[in-house]
Amino acid sequence: MRGKEFLQGMRDGVPIGLGYFAVSFSLGIAARNIGLNAWQGFLLSLFGVASAGEYAALTVIAAGASYWEMAVVTVIANARYLLMSFALSQRLNPRLNLCHRMLIGYSVTDELFAIAVARPKYLNPFYSYGSYLTAVPCWAIGTAVGVMAGNFMPERAVSAFSVALFGMFLAVIIPPAKENKIILFFIGLSFLSSYIFTRFLPALSGGSRTILLTLILSALAAAFFPIDINNINNNNIQDGDQNGVESIS
Amino acid sequence: MINNNIYIYLAVMAIVIYLIRVLPLTIFRREIKNRFLRSFLYYVPYITLAVMTFPAMIDATRSPLAGAAALILGIFLSWIGLGLFPVAVSCCLIVFILELLIK
Repeated sequence: MRGKEFLQGMRDGVPIGLGYFAVSFSLGIAARNIGLNAWQGFLLSLFGVASAGEYAALTVIAAGASYWEMAVVTVIANARYLLMSFALSQRLNPRLNLCHRMLIGYSVTDELFAIAVARPKYLNPFYSYGSYLTAVPCWAIGTAVGVMAGNFMPERAVSAFSVALFGMFLAVIIPPAKENKIILFFIGLSFLSSYIFTRFLPALSGGSRTILLTLILSALAAAFFPIDINNINNNNIQDGDQNGVESIS
Repeated sequence: MINNNIYIYLAVMAIVIYLIRVLPLTIFRREIKNRFLRSFLYYVPYITLAVMTFPAMIDATRSPLAGAAALILGIFLSWIGLGLFPVAVSCCLIVFILELLIK
């Protein structure tokens, strides 16, 4: 049973790993641009396993901001994993021991969460371990390869590759905005306020800007346009990422 | 360029991100019922990504014009339904081509 679940997890992790490699490669380019070496890029992704979260961390490092700021930025940029882990906790056997719970928690990402909750009945932890074992190394190695490739590529190519990650971010946020006008409005507002802050308050670091604007704008959105509780399932949140991975696989 | 110790930065990130993921699985274990909090967490990913994308995207390229073109193209292609990968590749290509023409 354990072995079968483990192998199934490894198999389901393969298409995810391939998609991860491409994303983390562009993350590696960004890491290289602020001065990380391949080993540091590898560690970043091995312990982060999060695209937006790691990119946010890079902006903090680039700004030379405080370690406290790193902690707060990490909480904000990865807040959605809190929601996913809460949902995932409902799918675990109540008697599952602490050790397994702590291991499953290592890599709750949009995609690995999606395949875990899609399992029938209680999630077998070995299924998750299998999926982590194929997907996470692709993610970490992809980042290291991105750093190394960035070092060898001509400046012109690095400049072009630097927008890859932002292109992926757009592909995640724009499709839901097409369906949901409130999201569309707040993306516009985020662009505008981020632009104003960057140009007129350059003293505020990239990380602080991200924290401040995300807190204010998300609170406004939640206060004025609360979501119908029955309508929220966690699929809403990982729709964008899911589409991307599926289109790659 | 990097003032503080990069390994401490990475350790802080690693610990915080792990706690976010593992606490709901171990200690809290309850679904969030509060409507405001659920709505807030629902909007956060879109807003964070939007804040981090602009204007950083036009500052990332050597020519801001090429970055701006990539931004517009990326929004357009995502809007008409292209996936993550084709959108990213198209953005890279337009920057590469425009920077060849400009310089």
